[in-house]
Amino acid sequence: METPFVRSLPRAEARRSNRRAHAVSLVGPATSAGGLIWAILQPYRVTLLHPRGETFWWLVIEPPLLVIVAGLVFALLVARPLIADLEARHATSG
Amino acid sequence: MQPRAEMVHWFFGVGILFVALCLLCEAIVGTEVWRMRPWRAYLWPGLAFGLGVLLWPVMAFFTNSAIHMYAHGSWAEVLMLAGGSELALVRGRLTSPWWRLTWPLAFVVTGVAFIVHEQNSWLFARSAFLHHTLGWTFLAMAVFPLLLLWRPSSTALRAGLALMIVAVSVQLFADRDVAPVFGHLSSLAGEQHR
Repeated sequence: METPFVRSLPRAEARRSNRRAHAVSLVGPATSAGGLIWAILQPYRVTLLHPRGETFWWLVIEPPLLVIVAGLVFALLVARPLIADLEARHATSG
Repeated sequence: MQPRAEMVHWFFGVGILFVALCLLCEAIVGTEVWRMRPWRAYLWPGLAFGLGVLLWPVMAFFTNSAIHMYAHGSWAEVLMLAGGSELALVRGRLTSPWWRLTWPLAFVVTGVAFIVHEQNSWLFARSAFLHHTLGWTFLAMAVFPLLLLWRPSSTALRAGLALMIVAVSVQLFADRDVAPVFGHLSSLAGEQHR
């Protein structure tokens, strides 16, 4: 016997899984976008754009750059395999 | 080649931001999916423990008074305790969920240390302001891991904890060695360096 309720359950689960994958895929880019917006609002913080003999620390270690890098690293190294696992899990359970 | 104190705060801001992003994604996908790859299960507890270890050189090289040493030393201890407990729980060496009480303990100790070791008023300088706000943020944040002991699968609580940790990293990124806050900078704070 098959009821509409039983048939709609896997579809609802698939929608939930898609929403989760979408949310995870946004976390890294949203973080990097935050850093980018910060760099645009306070360009004088990004000394790499206008170097005037600053030392290593002053050129590379600026909060907007650190936030952009953190978002990118997270998206590539953590979020991407996590989405793959989420989809694999959905494929095996569905 | 030694970085300035504000840069050390930014380094820790990155580490804490990374922990927050991990916690947020774990809240979204659930612990079961998060732990499908063994390295991921150890990622944020290991980072937390590592940040605790790194607080020791900060204590040794960047503090200039006894009260600062005590504050940074106590953060190192409680962060290592909480991160280490979490690692042991993930590994299975510890089984009692009550070990997760080390997180609210770490947050309370950190919050109190922030507030107690800042001797200046809120508007003395930006760093003073941030010490006060960070202290109160940590005290408020302690509620989340405490409630998670009773509702461990609550997505709202886990996401709330992650977002509070993001707030901590934002405050660390906003730190400057000598800078005004809302236009206020005490003449006793020294010369604004940028």
